Amino acid sequence: MTVPLSWYLIFATALFSLGFFAVLSRRNAVAVLMGVELMLNAVNVNLVAFWRYLTPSDLSGQIFVVFVFTVAAAEAAVGLALMISIYRTRKTINVDEINDLNL
Amino acid sequence: MVGQILFIIIAAFTLLMGLGTVVARNLFHAALFLVGVFFGIAALFILLEAEFLAMAQIIIYIGAIATLIVFAIMLSKGMMGREAGAYNKQWYFAGGAMILFFGLLSWLLVKMPFAAANASAPDDAIQQIGSGFVGHYVVPFEVASVLLLVALVGAIMLARERN
Amino acid sequence: MDLRALGESFVAMLENVGIPHGWVLLINWILGAVILLGVALLLAIFLIWFERKIAGRVQDRLGPNRVGPYGLIQPFADALKLLTKEDITPDNADRITYNLAPIIAVFHIIMLFAVIPFADKVVGANINVGILYLMAFGALGSMAMLMAGWASRNKYALLGGFRVVSQLLSYEIPVGLAMLIVVLMRGSMNLNVIAQGQGGLFGLGWYVWILPAVFIMYFVAALAEGERAPFDLLEAESEIVAGYNIEYSAMKFAWFYLAFFLNTWVLSAVAVTLFFGGWQGPFAAQIPALGVVYFFIKVFIMFFVFAWVRATFPRLRIDQMMSFCWKVLVPMGLALFLAVAIILKLGLPSAVTYALLFVVNIVILVVTLKLLGNYTRDLPKNKNKRLFAPELPRL
Repeated sequence: MTVPLSWYLIFATALFSLGFFAVLSRRNAVAVLMGVELMLNAVNVNLVAFWRYLTPSDLSGQIFVVFVFTVAAAEAAVGLALMISIYRTRKTINVDEINDLNL
Repeated sequence: MVGQILFIIIAAFTLLMGLGTVVARNLFHAALFLVGVFFGIAALFILLEAEFLAMAQIIIYIGAIATLIVFAIMLSKGMMGREAGAYNKQWYFAGGAMILFFGLLSWLLVKMPFAAANASAPDDAIQQIGSGFVGHYVVPFEVASVLLLVALVGAIMLARERN
Repeated sequence: MDLRALGESFVAMLENVGIPHGWVLLINWILGAVILLGVALLLAIFLIWFERKIAGRVQDRLGPNRVGPYGLIQPFADALKLLTKEDITPDNADRITYNLAPIIAVFHIIMLFAVIPFADKVVGANINVGILYLMAFGALGSMAMLMAGWASRNKYALLGGFRVVSQLLSYEIPVGLAMLIVVLMRGSMNLNVIAQGQGGLFGLGWYVWILPAVFIMYFVAALAEGERAPFDLLEAESEIVAGYNIEYSAMKFAWFYLAFFLNTWVLSAVAVTLFFGGWQGPFAAQIPALGVVYFFIKVFIMFFVFAWVRATFPRLRIDQMMSFCWKVLVPMGLALFLAVAIILKLGLPSAVTYALLFVVNIVILVVTLKLLGNYTRDLPKNKNKRLFAPELPRL
């Protein structure tokens, strides 16, 4: 318990920023997906840190993390399936080239 | 003291791996860096006395998600798109915004006082999580299982070859 | 005699010298890790000899018998040879990944040694999430092989890598289900607690008597998890030369080789812990050193069965192997899981519960085998179809 809570939160913020940066700036859709995973992980760290420091007796924080795991797994599966399917028809998964819906 | 040193080592490692994930041009390397991040996060969970989550993190993130990503990358070599640049036109703008975002949030976090409860983690955390899933959180739990099923079917439908 | 007391007296001795408590713990942990590492590596060398001897006998040969008594020094000679061989890295290989893969392959197996109870409370790390730990670090193996397959820049290696993912990920599900059923029985994920729960005279409390079908499911899936024949499709030399480790030579190949044997040993150790009472045996609870002996005897018998199977059966085809997992083992595992959960929830007296569990296990096993048998019997009629074609089997 010697580590202050704010260290964890700042660490999570840094990781979240890195992930957000990847989502905003990477061209490859798989890299964007990895950025999303980084962000989800940062959120998980926050949830667990808040659980440990603020409400250790109530395990809702950990339970939420498990739900995030579930969503992340589902998101990765569907996202990669989408990318494979897009790659088959368009031979690219660069997000700035997949812009048919742009007006 | 030991905890702080451990935290700094793990956090630095994880952030370095995260940076690698973001900047690596080679997607496969990015995926391997991502594995490093997941590992570091699992170590942090152990530091936070959430052993169950640490193990679940390794099983789900490294065993399933990272493997899936690597598999998808390997399946379609053209997916890498190495000839094109890794970043789009707005990367410097995004980078600046993120540095600003990080600076602002960490400033807030340093300023903000948290009333840390000095209680120890419960010994029967796993049992409590388990009973939480079938008790208070039973509806979200069932919805999550349906979500997984839908994702399973959806992923197969999307990725299968139609001929 | 008491291994735990030995450790405690060692800690006390260091503390008396005046080293702070935190550092003593650290020294203790590092020492334990080093001991486990030494045990693991020595074990691997012995296992290579053991398996070659068994394979030799099964195939009507003598096996290694030239170097040392009964060829016991043979693995050392092999290791020496591998050490002095030229260490080749392919030109196009992804250097860091290529060199990292064998390290991770060995490292993740040795990590597993930490939670295996060698005797009552003689465990590297007596953690509450032992089973999850086993699954978590077991899953790292597929990552190492993927890295090896991709970094070699070789078509066969890449194909081997694909096979690794599909095989290991698929067969993790039956293994996990079998472990879950045992966790359900005992109500704990701590491996030592699971072993403690299987007491009783002459091994009557072993879970294998209560859950035979679960054990068979675990065993078959463990054969695939350990990449052993008849499921060694990842390194089928007739199809993809050597699979993911084709470009590896000298000591780097030896690391993969080592990982392979240690993996089998760990799988046997887990089988013994979950189904054969672990360290349980006459007087094992009183004298932990005796528990170690029982444990090693059981594990080596288990390992013998693994080696026996490997030396006997021919290889399956890849689609047969995948269908077998998803269409036979996984449904069987789910049925068993549901049945065991319901029976345990009924709240009957323990003798009735155990009898019921046994009957249900046998019924599910028989039904599975019957369906499988009917299915294969009908095969000659549809010769041009695959062995497990996607229709439902007829009863």
